[in-house]
Amino acid sequence: MLRYSLKRLLSLGLSLLAASAVIFLAIEVVPGDPASYMLGINAQPDTVAALRAELGLNVSAFERYITWVSGMLTGDFGTSYTYRTPVVDMIGDRIMISLPLAIYALTLSTLIAFPAGILAASKRGSATDVSIMGATQLGVAIPNFWFAMLLVVFFAINLRWFSAGGFPGWDKGFFISMKALTLPAISLALPQASILARVMRSALIDTMDEDFIRTARAKGLSRRQAMWRHALRNAMIPVLTIIGLQFSFLMAGAIIIENVFFLPGLGRLVFQSISQRDLIVVESVVMLLVFAVVLVTFIVDIAYAAVDPRLRGRS
Amino acid sequence: MAFLKNRSFMIGAFLATIFIGAALVSFLWTPFDVTKLDIAHKLQTPSALHWFGTDHFGRDIFSMIMVGARTSIAVAVVAVGIGIILGVPLGLAAAARKDSLLDEVIMRTNDLVFAFPALLIAIMITAVFGPSATNAIIAIGIFNIPVFARLTRGSALTLWTRDFILSARVAGKNAVRISIEHILPNILNLLIVQGSIQFSLGILAEAGLSYVGLGAQPPIPSWGRMLAESQTMISFAPHLAIFPGMAIVLTVLGLNLMGDGLRDLLDPRLRRSRT
Repeated sequence: MLRYSLKRLLSLGLSLLAASAVIFLAIEVVPGDPASYMLGINAQPDTVAALRAELGLNVSAFERYITWVSGMLTGDFGTSYTYRTPVVDMIGDRIMISLPLAIYALTLSTLIAFPAGILAASKRGSATDVSIMGATQLGVAIPNFWFAMLLVVFFAINLRWFSAGGFPGWDKGFFISMKALTLPAISLALPQASILARVMRSALIDTMDEDFIRTARAKGLSRRQAMWRHALRNAMIPVLTIIGLQFSFLMAGAIIIENVFFLPGLGRLVFQSISQRDLIVVESVVMLLVFAVVLVTFIVDIAYAAVDPRLRGRS
Repeated sequence: MAFLKNRSFMIGAFLATIFIGAALVSFLWTPFDVTKLDIAHKLQTPSALHWFGTDHFGRDIFSMIMVGARTSIAVAVVAVGIGIILGVPLGLAAAARKDSLLDEVIMRTNDLVFAFPALLIAIMITAVFGPSATNAIIAIGIFNIPVFARLTRGSALTLWTRDFILSARVAGKNAVRISIEHILPNILNLLIVQGSIQFSLGILAEAGLSYVGLGAQPPIPSWGRMLAESQTMISFAPHLAIFPGMAIVLTVLGLNLMGDGLRDLLDPRLRRSRT
């Protein structure tokens, strides 16, 4: 297990290194110089040169890459070209909205999907199953940002239960903040819950066809008992994979939903930075999100191997 | 005809045909000109003249949805095409040279691309080249490559152990010929099913990218941008958001149902777990 974990850890490090190179290369080929852009077309060449030096742009691309990567390892993401503040502080403020939003959405999605998937599988072929599967088919097809807009119309504009957007700040109180994140979380959770419920159902149905379930039934367990005691735990492997994948997609998906609700999260930061050509912020946010994806994959792999020793042999 | 008896496939094909048909017809005819502004008739609710109402510039929403279907479908089709054209040969090559350096390089690169959700690829491309429908296609296309490469490699690997492949090798065929003549036809069904899934995901992704301003730019109508523009007016003109949203939902639903139906029809092995 230790050897497997170390191997996966090495692969995690290599993936991150490769991803950082791709992000840096992709964004650094951008035509135009951030310093000239910031100072405008009438800037004097020596002023531009001074700003280039201040921003660390007067060295080779390779040196800048090394500075960027080694900085990130020590928690220094550089300085925003536009705001002249440390990027890490900007990201730190914004992630306090995006991360709780993703966790909130994942929790909701799991809470909806598990009972729905289990119910559909246990009543396979019945009207309940058909209705649940029909609802999930619709849930997968609805764009989350459109669903978010409908939620705003219904719950914020008509019923006035929630605000249509914005975020009061965690210092205003936990419940008020969570309330502001509720509609965004529901809209993010809907398609994910639909996918998860479908996976849960088919994993459970597959497991119920296994020999060990037949043995359990032969020993006198009812279908229901066999499902709760034996099948559910074994069906969790594909479900966990999807949950892991979903978390990273929720972090990225939050970027769009933040726009609907005007939440000052990572998504708003990245779009703002694109329009201001604050590339160091774009680079850092993209790197952070890729890090989240790779890290979650790593955790899922390790969790897998811990649950199922057969998987340790394969890398 | 098994296709006609499969309800899921037929409903899906019906919905998909409506939108693909609308996109095609829009090249020849739309009820109104989508580029013509008619401020005097702005924000009209649905009527006999304007079936889906008009927007804040007085443009006919029904016509805009027809033209928007073009953008969505074109972006999704080309993006799936990129995924298939690049992903399938990579997957075939990786499977043919299993455990070689080539396999390792292809699969690790795949893992790397997989770590970038389509939205992040789009953000990076937009940061560099600015927003456009082409960049949306590239972003979704890049995202599709590892999807098809993985699927192809996975299913090709099991085929490589089969007797008929062994016979082909004994007959002196090289890996390229075996991949093209024997492996590819046998995984075609899987690719078609996956293609329909990626097609519907592509439509959703295009809508999302256009919504945040990273996709098609004005004056090209696109469903995602219609929704973005409707957002500030949704409280007094909800029809601006309802119809483009419904268009996305019905198209994606149609393609998904069609994909499910195709899977049942083309891959009987998967039938058991779904029913």
